[in-house]
Amino acid sequence: MPHDHHHHDHDHDHLSPSGHPYRKDQDAPLTYHQQMEIAVRELLVEKGVTTKAEIATQITAMDNRSPAIGASIVARAWSDPAFKDRLMTDGSAACAELNAPVDAMELMVVENTPDTHNVVVCTLCSCYPRNILGLPPDWYKQREYRSRTVKEPRKVLSEFGLDLADSVRVQVHDSTADKRYLVLPMRPEGTEGWSEEQLAAIVGRDSMIGVAVPQV
Amino acid sequence: MATDTKTPALPVGAPVRLKKMAPPGHVRCPWYLRGKSGVIERDLGLTGNPEMLAYGGKTREIRLYRVRFRMQDIWGDAAEPASDTLDAEIFENWLEPTNAS
Repeated sequence: MPHDHHHHDHDHDHLSPSGHPYRKDQDAPLTYHQQMEIAVRELLVEKGVTTKAEIATQITAMDNRSPAIGASIVARAWSDPAFKDRLMTDGSAACAELNAPVDAMELMVVENTPDTHNVVVCTLCSCYPRNILGLPPDWYKQREYRSRTVKEPRKVLSEFGLDLADSVRVQVHDSTADKRYLVLPMRPEGTEGWSEEQLAAIVGRDSMIGVAVPQV
Repeated sequence: MATDTKTPALPVGAPVRLKKMAPPGHVRCPWYLRGKSGVIERDLGLTGNPEMLAYGGKTREIRLYRVRFRMQDIWGDAAEPASDTLDAEIFENWLEPTNAS
């Protein structure tokens, strides 16, 4: 900042008229990896491997991924037993039917039952079924969730507001390799006769990771 | 490049122990499971070995398994209810069969 004040943090006391902090302009030089990304991208375009339009289209497609895709898959599985069988046998193939391809990664669907509750974590990094749930929540990638979920899952779930009976077995999935996991929650009572659209509306992101269950 | 057999060496239910080793570099086996015992939950087929692929090396395909552990076998007395379980994907180079479960 071009003022003469010495050592004063200006980030916090400059607020916009609406009361939000201004975001700093990105005036710093590019980092090594930013330069590398631009160089590789420009080379790929120059050599005709891809096009700028293709890259923009892909970014849009990735930004459009959200838990709504996963919710529609769950709602279909609740409504159509034959689809559910296919989903449990080969998750990727079943999702492709719904126009929600999971690429090369193989999707494994794990089903909650009255006896078993599933919860997903990735201790090695942050593997997450982005194709059908979008970007992972911040806590999913943090050390606390990753380290505690494999050791004291019941305590972690309780902090999310989910207290499980002792009679329910907790099944943790440490997603350590190339598979991606989707929890198929139990269909809540009181949803008989609901349309797939109505059902999808009660299936939240957290219930497909396994830290919550759908509520009516 | 496939291994000699299409049949998994370790059948579902086979008791296994994860090797307790600490090689340097890109390693795809969680630390907290090394030296722990579980059973094969399912075979996930042949795949490139990521611990070699990470260095651009040539890799023969190896088998990936899902191994199921009882929480008590991982954490001992510190475990929550002993009947709770954890599944993890483990590459065959980390597994050795055991006789006792």
